[in-house]
Amino acid sequence: MDAQLKRGVLDVCVLAAIKNEDSYGYKIIKDLKPILELSESTLYTILKRLEEANMLVVRSAEYEGRLRKYYHITPNGLRRIEDFKNEWKEIMEIYAFIEREERYL
Amino acid sequence: MNKKQFLDELRSKLVGLPDEEIENRISFYEEMINDRIDEGKSEEEAINEIGTVDEVVREIAKDTPLVSLVKHKMKPKRRLRGWEVMLVIFSFPFWLPVVITAIALTFAAIVVMWSGAIAVYAVEVSMIVTTFWGVGGFIASGMTDTYFLGAALLGFGGSILMVFACVGVTKGMCRLTRFMIIGIKSAFIRKKRR
Repeated sequence: MDAQLKRGVLDVCVLAAIKNEDSYGYKIIKDLKPILELSESTLYTILKRLEEANMLVVRSAEYEGRLRKYYHITPNGLRRIEDFKNEWKEIMEIYAFIEREERYL
Repeated sequence: MNKKQFLDELRSKLVGLPDEEIENRISFYEEMINDRIDEGKSEEEAINEIGTVDEVVREIAKDTPLVSLVKHKMKPKRRLRGWEVMLVIFSFPFWLPVVITAIALTFAAIVVMWSGAIAVYAVEVSMIVTTFWGVGGFIASGMTDTYFLGAALLGFGGSILMVFACVGVTKGMCRLTRFMIIGIKSAFIRKKRR
């Protein structure tokens, strides 16, 4: 997949993984496992990028005597998901067009 | 390898990154290992799932822009004193040649790397030129001189074949270049500062 496209898709996947409830690193990796294999360092980069873009906020909470970082989606992040879905609709229309044209070839 | 060894080794190999960044990375990996252990895995298993320290360093190098690595590396740990600045300025006859040599060597290495690819492109161009030259010559001779026709056919066939070679060589070079950049970045991250 094109690197730029992949980056955008991964960002939205991670946002979707924290959309309904706050989540932490390992849980995000596990939740995304069925659809994509995400390495720790890739996730780290994505989370940092999303934090800098104000699409999520990080808080540390105690869990079994140690600190764990939880990621919480912001209104910006929710909007990004909606935008992505709209963009995807456009792409699907283009895809349908390409398929149609190929059939008539 | 246990958790402490893993994290210590990782820390020692990330010295080229800003301190805050190192701590963030380390605590991130520590949490990842702890969460796996809480799930019932052994320390060993948890670390195996994350990969070797070198793999992690390579991944981090891939994700960190070269510019920010160089910038961090060039930033002095403290403000330079006046006489130090003067020293840097007046000692330019010594360090300038070194800088120029380094740039020239890098440039030479890139040229050498690409020369093979350029040779392949040149063959492709010459094949295309031969095709047009052959066609032109054949028409100019009133379509009688089959020598030109033969050359044109040869050039045409050759140029088609060479397209595949060009694509292959370009892809190879891109992969090699990417590989080298990751190597350079890893070297920056691992390099110890004073």
